[in-house]
Amino acid sequence: MLGKLTWQAIPLDQPIPLAAGALVVIVLAVLLIWVAAKGYIPYLWREWITSVDHKRIGIMYCLLAGVMLVRGFIDALMMRSQQALAFHAAGYLPPEHYNQIFSAHGTIMIFFMAMPFVIGLMNFAMPLQLGVRDVAFPTLNSVSFWLTAAGALLVNISLVVGEFARTGWLPYPPLSELTYSPGVGVDYYLWAIQISGIGTLMTGINMVTTVLKIRAHGMNYMRMPIFCWTTLASNLVIVAAFPILTATLAMLLLDRYVGFHFFTNEAGGNAMMFMNLIWAWGHPEVYILVLPAFGVFSEVVSTFSGKPLFDRRSMVIASLAICILSLCVWLHHFFTMGTGGDVNAVVGIASMIIAVPTGVKIYNWLFTMYGGRVRFSSAMLWSIGFMVTFIIGGMTGVLVASPVADFVLHNSLFLVAHFHNVIIGGVVFGVFAGYTYWFPKAFGFVLDERLGKAAFWCWLVGFYVAFMPLYVVGLEGMTRRMQHYDRSEWYPWLVVAGVGALIILCGIALQIAQLWVSIRGRAQRRDLTGDPWDGRSLEWSTTSPPPAFNFAVLPNVTSDEPYWSIKQQARARGQLVTPEPEYAPIEMPRNSPTGFVTAFFAVVTGFSLIWHIWWLVILGLVGAYVTFVAFAWRDRHEIEIPAAEVARIDRANRAARAAALSEEPVQ
Amino acid sequence: MSTPALRLAHDPALGPAWIAPGQVSGRGAGGPAPKRIIVGYGFWIFLLSDVIMFSAFFAAYAVLFKNTAGGPSAHELFDLRNTAAQTAVLLASTFTCGMASLAVGHRSQKWTQLALLVTGLLGLAFILLEIREFTGFVARGAGPSRSAFLSSFFTLVGCHGIHVSVALLWLGTMMAQFYAKGFRQDIRHRFLCFSLFWHALDIVWVAIFNLVYLVGSLPPELLP
Repeated sequence: MLGKLTWQAIPLDQPIPLAAGALVVIVLAVLLIWVAAKGYIPYLWREWITSVDHKRIGIMYCLLAGVMLVRGFIDALMMRSQQALAFHAAGYLPPEHYNQIFSAHGTIMIFFMAMPFVIGLMNFAMPLQLGVRDVAFPTLNSVSFWLTAAGALLVNISLVVGEFARTGWLPYPPLSELTYSPGVGVDYYLWAIQISGIGTLMTGINMVTTVLKIRAHGMNYMRMPIFCWTTLASNLVIVAAFPILTATLAMLLLDRYVGFHFFTNEAGGNAMMFMNLIWAWGHPEVYILVLPAFGVFSEVVSTFSGKPLFDRRSMVIASLAICILSLCVWLHHFFTMGTGGDVNAVVGIASMIIAVPTGVKIYNWLFTMYGGRVRFSSAMLWSIGFMVTFIIGGMTGVLVASPVADFVLHNSLFLVAHFHNVIIGGVVFGVFAGYTYWFPKAFGFVLDERLGKAAFWCWLVGFYVAFMPLYVVGLEGMTRRMQHYDRSEWYPWLVVAGVGALIILCGIALQIAQLWVSIRGRAQRRDLTGDPWDGRSLEWSTTSPPPAFNFAVLPNVTSDEPYWSIKQQARARGQLVTPEPEYAPIEMPRNSPTGFVTAFFAVVTGFSLIWHIWWLVILGLVGAYVTFVAFAWRDRHEIEIPAAEVARIDRANRAARAAALSEEPVQ
Repeated sequence: MSTPALRLAHDPALGPAWIAPGQVSGRGAGGPAPKRIIVGYGFWIFLLSDVIMFSAFFAAYAVLFKNTAGGPSAHELFDLRNTAAQTAVLLASTFTCGMASLAVGHRSQKWTQLALLVTGLLGLAFILLEIREFTGFVARGAGPSRSAFLSSFFTLVGCHGIHVSVALLWLGTMMAQFYAKGFRQDIRHRFLCFSLFWHALDIVWVAIFNLVYLVGSLPPELLP
């Protein structure tokens, strides 16, 4: 009846996961009871869960990412403390638990923290920057989000029901094959990633279509903000790479579930094919993450330097060069495979070439700052911190891109230090810059700058203290994923690294405090003008938060920096608010529970596949199909907002803005 | 398309201009594309991603082609007569799917339903032929668990078969929608996507026919 699922699946003998799981369940239950008692459920259902508004979906993506950041960071703290304690000792984490923790840390941080965060920012900002009302397929967007959340839920269920994979964040066979990993851990990994991966692929399709087909009048390609360009580049890579992930994990699933021989040791299987296929997705993936972050930095550096971005054209070319090169270098993840010197040399050189367009970008940002009136707000601090940190990470990347050096550094903590250097310094700093930058646009009030800057310094210092020692022990020969060790020369460095993790913990605590303080004091931090940073692109031309339809009338773009030139012209005329346009009724997509219901059935199907509850699998699939048919049967896809209502909202916004602007002197 | 008012709006000297939605259409800088273009374009991108997924399975098949682990090879297994029949029905179904598009263009309920029904029956025949081939292989001890080569063969060809099966489910839903809702715009957009999907599966089949069946049927000494 319940397949492999028995009471033994609850880890009653392991206090740490059990206590953690119980705590999560209690917090969730309290939260749900509080929401229900306050009567917020109808509001949540109407305004968020069934919302197809790209802004709401973007915010929910970022929220999911924030929660998962905490979960993944707890794993990181456990690893750092284990290694700081496990010198000539067993530490406090038994090997099978430690292996689950490093697997879960990588999986969660990449798939459920970094991905949702960049997708959330793209979702929120890109249609606003393009001057349009929504993405190409709003309901699909909601399905994408909820499928990502479904994957995250499955990974977290594994904490209390069963176990998680012990195979690392990429389940290399033959270890991940049924022979060596007979438990449900790898299955949790595989189904969670398959479900969220489908969501990501649909996001990719949605965003590519949006950028290429839905832009404001006059917004030709070279006028698009760089964030939109990097969104396009990143999503093109999603469309090109994620199907490979789906196919590869499907092969491993077939091996595990029905005895196929893709990657097994027996019957002609080829485990190295898995490495090739998974990295044909995995290397592009890091560029999927970092390209949108590059876009955020471009927006932030330009805004806070008060200057147009230096040489937009080379920025666009660099982004697309990275987009293409990212698909050509997967083999540098296994130079040690033994393909031979020629192949290794070609891939090594190709990998080093990626540093060229990236370097172009760095110089563009520096030249944008040069001669500008730089305002050192926290978003700008994240950007400058990124430039310094990412250059170091990039240089160690060029080091490991050399096959000769890689043979020595392969699988060592040097590598771990390198990719944290680029992912924390690049992606994480980038999403935090974007979060600070667009927060007032999303919620109508700015975040506390003092706490934000303190959080930045903790993160920056904490990062260096935590990861520079790992470069050293990596050079001293320490391999990654060690549960204990007995080399005394590593020990002090690992203690220092543990301290670094604690400094980052302070940074995260300060960010939570910043959110708390800012929400409490939101009345004093209102952004009434819709333009708190003196921005240059179209998202700042509407109110904060924008109405559901974003713009009362679609803007007409006449320059590279549309809102900046609108402001310049308005200042020249001495008239800050544009004349009132003619209002027309606006058609907006209707809310739909399709995404939420589909994700519900996806969780049911995934969970029952993991535990071999076959009848429930069929039920889940039928449920998903019925949901789609019900959605397709709908007669009205749009609601019309009458012109009078549009006029009422827009006039109120204009009045508030005019009042706020008249208090400031015109520059 | 441009009216004098519009040209005024383009003049930067007159300051920022605002244009009501639906007033202009065009390419590039011409504002949002119409819904039909957006839907079709998005679906093309999806097809692109689907083809990439197939290419991963093709790559796996190419890598594992010779890993028969002492079991039967492609040359010993494949029966080109079955493949020819499959190809014939699938290509014929593409023709009838095209007929369905014409019927939708003429808003003819009768011919639309008929053409879709024939398309579906031909698709079903394709699936039945594939099942017959697969069960035949399994009965001869050449199931997917026999060797890495057979694993990759069953996965590649089976993945196409699953696509056709899902497309059949979609086709049935399409017929029901045309019947219940008529030739509404959004349903015609969905049909556009369906026909693109059906034709794309045909193209994937042409690749399978050539790279799997024809190459696989060559005598081993002719293969590199």
